[in-house]
Amino acid sequence: MSAPPRRKQVVNLTGLLVLLALPPAAFALGEPFLISVATRIVIAALAALSLDLILGFGGMVSFGHAAFLGIGAYVVGILAHHDVESTLIPFLPGAWHGSAAALVQWPLAVLAAALFALLTGALCLRTSGVYFIMVTLAFAQMLYHFFVSLPAYGGHDGINLWQRSMVPGVDLSKDWVFYYVCLFILLAALAVFSRIVNSRFGMVLQGCKQNEARLAALGIATGRYKLAAYTLAGAIAGLAGALTANQTEFVGPSLMHWSRSGEILVMLILGGIGTLYGAVAGAATFLALEEILTSLTEHWMLFLGPILVFVVLFARRGIYGWLVGPESGDD
Amino acid sequence: MTAQLFLEQTLNGLQQGVTLFLLAAGLTLVFGVMHLINLAHGTLYMVGAYVAATVTQISGNFLWGVIAAVAAAGLTGAAIEIIALRRLYDRGHLDQVLATFGVIMFFNELVKVLWGPQALFLSPPAILSGTVEVIPGVPYPAYRLLIIGVGLAVALAVRQLITGTRTGMLIRAGATDREMVGALGVAVNRLFTRVFAIGAMLAGLAGAMAGPLLAIEVGMGEHILILTFVVVIIGGIGSVRGALVGALLVGLVDTYGRAFLPVVLRGVLSPTAADGIGASLSSIAIYVLMAAVLIWRPRGLFQAYG
Repeated sequence: MSAPPRRKQVVNLTGLLVLLALPPAAFALGEPFLISVATRIVIAALAALSLDLILGFGGMVSFGHAAFLGIGAYVVGILAHHDVESTLIPFLPGAWHGSAAALVQWPLAVLAAALFALLTGALCLRTSGVYFIMVTLAFAQMLYHFFVSLPAYGGHDGINLWQRSMVPGVDLSKDWVFYYVCLFILLAALAVFSRIVNSRFGMVLQGCKQNEARLAALGIATGRYKLAAYTLAGAIAGLAGALTANQTEFVGPSLMHWSRSGEILVMLILGGIGTLYGAVAGAATFLALEEILTSLTEHWMLFLGPILVFVVLFARRGIYGWLVGPESGDD
Repeated sequence: MTAQLFLEQTLNGLQQGVTLFLLAAGLTLVFGVMHLINLAHGTLYMVGAYVAATVTQISGNFLWGVIAAVAAAGLTGAAIEIIALRRLYDRGHLDQVLATFGVIMFFNELVKVLWGPQALFLSPPAILSGTVEVIPGVPYPAYRLLIIGVGLAVALAVRQLITGTRTGMLIRAGATDREMVGALGVAVNRLFTRVFAIGAMLAGLAGAMAGPLLAIEVGMGEHILILTFVVVIIGGIGSVRGALVGALLVGLVDTYGRAFLPVVLRGVLSPTAADGIGASLSSIAIYVLMAAVLIWRPRGLFQAYG
């Protein structure tokens, strides 16, 4: 049993080297715009990774993941907006003019997304199966409509940011610096998540996917574990949202449109669920495919749609599963 | 004055409700019998609206438009079922969601290629463009009344179909135990295609009827699909009676919220703030309704058959 794990390590290491070497390579090729594509991939991978925790390991098919990204992005956008305009943030107990500091914006984005995940999760987890899919979708869409009809923060048009978040000593306005910050966050999340899924907590979560009733019979309060995982996934997706706001320097309701939730799901399935690394492979493949198809034809969705149906029907294990070979389904 | 406004909004809510019912009935039947969650159901609604607009324009008669829309949606639905969805019945819901998501992408883009990206508009037939005084002092658009009438008639027809025909008997039996129905010698594949086509035709009818009331554009199907999901969750997945009750509830709550929440808020807030916050709150009213129903009954108001 020594060969398959080595293949997995080779795949992971190659992926890591490609991600690390990308900015210098892009500069050398004279195509610095590749860095912004790569940043989108890394951020999307972080979002897909957070979904993998609840879907791939917990068996919870959330179709509302974009809501958490939207919340994270809006926290950054709203704080930056009030900071620039130096106006008070409404509906807060104290008087606060917002902030441009990443060390304030990002943790608050994570907290807000976690809180929303905790509240909606407590409701959504009362249901299961197809109800869960529809209810998560409905809550995300509720948030979408809420921000669309909220004129204070631009409604449909959203908020344009003046600059990226401020970190002392790090210039995020340089694309390659921002890329490495995002990559560092992604790698840290991967490390934490791979510890989590192999911990007792992760075992319970995987048990919920296989047979929740049996775990409950063993005296484990499965609901609390699932809610904790759901909240954690929401928090990390909120962080991905804060990064998205910084990457595009724009925050709008389109970030949490239901098709965005669909895209995150597609990336994860494409890469392979329940593998963590598959989220990265899926995000890279999906966004690269999108870049290539859009450069070929305006009607790229005409091709992406059938490709997607085909992948679902015939390629069950995802790209990562295919890369690391058949033996490494579990490590 | 207030009573008149209330009556008018009630009729608006009913009209929105029956449109939602036409979609929810198909969605819930397909789920009840095939255990398939079909995101592409809204696509059939969109196909109905586009075909109705085009055929009405060519023939000059709205009725032909509606007939063509129902036929086109039924055929599209049957084609989708036979080509792609048939392979998904034994798969998990996740695969079904993703594959039907791909179907949506394809059809949205196809509609853009065929009809162009700009929205179409369709006017209601001339005979129905006036108003009717349903209750003295409350003039109401005749076309919207027709929608309410058609919706309720279809609700009765669906009930008759399910309780009084052989197909309906097979639908009920299929919802209870698919394999047993197959084992008894029923051509289950053909039954499934038929159920899917019936649902598709109802969605096409909804699209054609709603066409004159809104801009016909790409994405209209998804907007109403999610409202339909809320309806089905509230009513209970698989139950047609639940779909009717849920649709009317959602239609009324949504309409009342939009009409009266800003007015109520003006009592406590400044007019601009009341309008802004009222609009935001009323847009989430139905989701609050859904959350309330879920707390009370996590599997919806009505049980499916069996």
